[in-house]
Amino acid sequence: MTSATSRPAPGESSSPRPGPRPKPAPPSGAPIRVTGAQSLVRSLEAVGCEVVFGIPGGTILPAYDPLLDSTKVRHILVRHEQGAGHAATGYAQATGQVGVCMATSGPGATNLVTPLADANMDSVPVVAITGQQSRPLIGTDAFQEADICGITMPITKHNFLVTDAADIPRAIAEAFHLASTGRPGPVLVDIPKDVLQEMTSFSWPPELRLPGYRPTTRPHGKQVREAAKLIAAARRPVLYVGGGVIKAEASAELLELAESTGIPVVTTLMARGAFPDSHPQHMGMPGMHGTVGAVAAMQKSDLLIALGARFDDRVTGQLATFAPDAQVVHADIDPAEISKNRRADVPIVGDCKEIIRDLVDAVRAEKENAARTVDLTPWWDQLNALRETFPLGYDWPEDGTLSPQFVIERIGLLTPPDTLFTAGVGQHQMWAAQFVKYERPRTWINSGGLGTMGYAVPAAMGAKAGVPDVQVWAIDGDGCFQMTNQELATCAIEGLPIKVAVINNGNLGMVRQWQTLFYGERYSSTDLGTHKHRIPDFKLLAEAYGCAGLRAESRDQVDGVIQQAMEINDRPVVIDFVVGKDAQVWPMVAAGTGNSEIMAARGIRPLFDEDE
Amino acid sequence: MTRHTLSVLVEDKPGVLARVAGLFSRRGFNIESLAVGRTEHPDISRMTIVVSVDELPLEQVTKQLNKLINVIKIVELEPAASVQRQLLLVKVRADATVRSQVLETVQLFRAKVVDVSPEAVTVEATGTSEKLDALLRMLEPYGLREIVQSGMVAIGRGARSITATAVR
Repeated sequence: MTSATSRPAPGESSSPRPGPRPKPAPPSGAPIRVTGAQSLVRSLEAVGCEVVFGIPGGTILPAYDPLLDSTKVRHILVRHEQGAGHAATGYAQATGQVGVCMATSGPGATNLVTPLADANMDSVPVVAITGQQSRPLIGTDAFQEADICGITMPITKHNFLVTDAADIPRAIAEAFHLASTGRPGPVLVDIPKDVLQEMTSFSWPPELRLPGYRPTTRPHGKQVREAAKLIAAARRPVLYVGGGVIKAEASAELLELAESTGIPVVTTLMARGAFPDSHPQHMGMPGMHGTVGAVAAMQKSDLLIALGARFDDRVTGQLATFAPDAQVVHADIDPAEISKNRRADVPIVGDCKEIIRDLVDAVRAEKENAARTVDLTPWWDQLNALRETFPLGYDWPEDGTLSPQFVIERIGLLTPPDTLFTAGVGQHQMWAAQFVKYERPRTWINSGGLGTMGYAVPAAMGAKAGVPDVQVWAIDGDGCFQMTNQELATCAIEGLPIKVAVINNGNLGMVRQWQTLFYGERYSSTDLGTHKHRIPDFKLLAEAYGCAGLRAESRDQVDGVIQQAMEINDRPVVIDFVVGKDAQVWPMVAAGTGNSEIMAARGIRPLFDEDE
Repeated sequence: MTRHTLSVLVEDKPGVLARVAGLFSRRGFNIESLAVGRTEHPDISRMTIVVSVDELPLEQVTKQLNKLINVIKIVELEPAASVQRQLLLVKVRADATVRSQVLETVQLFRAKVVDVSPEAVTVEATGTSEKLDALLRMLEPYGLREIVQSGMVAIGRGARSITATAVR
């Protein structure tokens, strides 16, 4: 229960190691008589939950009554359950604490499916509480009945159907424990209405009964020493850093490992911010839209040190040709990730923070004992040449339209360094990962594994609720924005003044890019009409939702609207950045090809050409 | 592809079977045989799962099974180091003219007749799936009216118990 009950103070989350918050005083004394619903709310209070995102409905109604009286748990009424789920994810990613969402049975619960799948793919600690039809009605196709435990079985870390009110405190405690420990993930607790209504006794803390759950956090000393041997001997090593480093709050340890060894670092889409972008050892993001330097470093490497990363296909490209000369040290808290896609020469199961800390010492010991140390200068010469020749960059559109990359770059430069960014999915997401510079963990929140369009606005809302003193920007696309922008109403009413930068190119931009490159410029169903017809008018839409609406259509307007947006703090701001539709995300490794065929721009394949 | 027998200790809770089966079906693996039953511990059930799958995907499935919160322990039982048994009930057409021949076959396999009627006998047999297949081949010429088979159950040879270390 350690991580479920120790909480950092708000606003501290952007520091690498949030300090512990005093535990909420557990309700003391003998068991007291309460309803199941009161037991649920008391359990949430006891476990340290401060915010719940949700929408009431028939079967969860009993829970909302005691929630009204709770002084510890704030309920934020969202406009769609998907928004509640992503908000819980955003909250969790911003604070490192468990995010909580609540919905009624049937459609309320099924609307949580996408965010739960999203949280599952990105290992985000989320607890979803759903109402269920009363026990006698379960299985009868009753009104608003859905077998949500069955539906979410493959997309949650675990789920519970509570059939006895006496089990509520234990179910909640176990859910928070499961969500936040080991490899974090979403846990769903389904509670029938009559269980919420019946009388029961409440006492805290309950006894956890999880005989099959024993995550390994302490790494095996022998494996760490084996890894250290390989690290000390490698000529072309790379630290391949994944989201697990952020989850384990291990940025400080990573910095020490990197600086004490001089090894180049790449940070995946889920790990942006785990290592400062400004650091000279940072080669950037690897993968399909990674930098040439980062992709090349991995391809040419003789030792990949994977830390909390999972060799996702978007990183490896064609697996058979990925990093062909590299041995692999794979450190992860989830043993099932090790050797799943790429065989590990040295597997290390454990918490990344402990592993990296041990690696620092073991590598140091190894180097002291070694006859001579390996000089990484030739490796750095090679990498520096690559990153100087192929830096991240973009061209202004030839048709004179506004460059989306420029807009995103300016937002990154003009906002304070602790600004938190969320993104939807598509071109704008990749540009936000590339052109905003991240210096600290938990400043970049996106949907990496599932690739959920519409993630940005609700995730920003959740993040803002978690770290109210930090500026939160949602970098969104016009396609994504139209999937979940109803949460602007929530933000406006609940006092969550987020900034939304709609990178409006009038199209489903990433799909259009693929149509340009791989489908002979046949643009099937990608024009959204947001340019042609200005439907919707995002500025008016923002105003209708009680937000400030701004627009920029040319280069000279960009800085002005960003400044203006930063000055408005009494309500959310939406900026409609009308940008060109032909801008493309580069570099790119085309799907199904090997990473050596990375294109710095259309038709330019620096690594491939070099090999010939 | 090779055949593997997995012994899986699980918490005796609703939905566990669905969770386990889901991990196999998601990857398109067909479960050849499945048996679930009680153990000497009241809260723990044991699943014996037989699958034909390559070594590498099997390792992946085993790891994923281990991630299930309700799964307590998984052991692969090698055929040579374990006793594996299945139960077969088969209704064989056997009127007076052939009944003695059928009974002879039944005896050869150390099976037994558990029901008899003028037209048929019902035979009960236990053994490995190979033995049961052989029995069925011998009985087939008389006419097999109905077959029902249990999943395979298996237990390791020797004094050690896989539940001993799993339950604390």
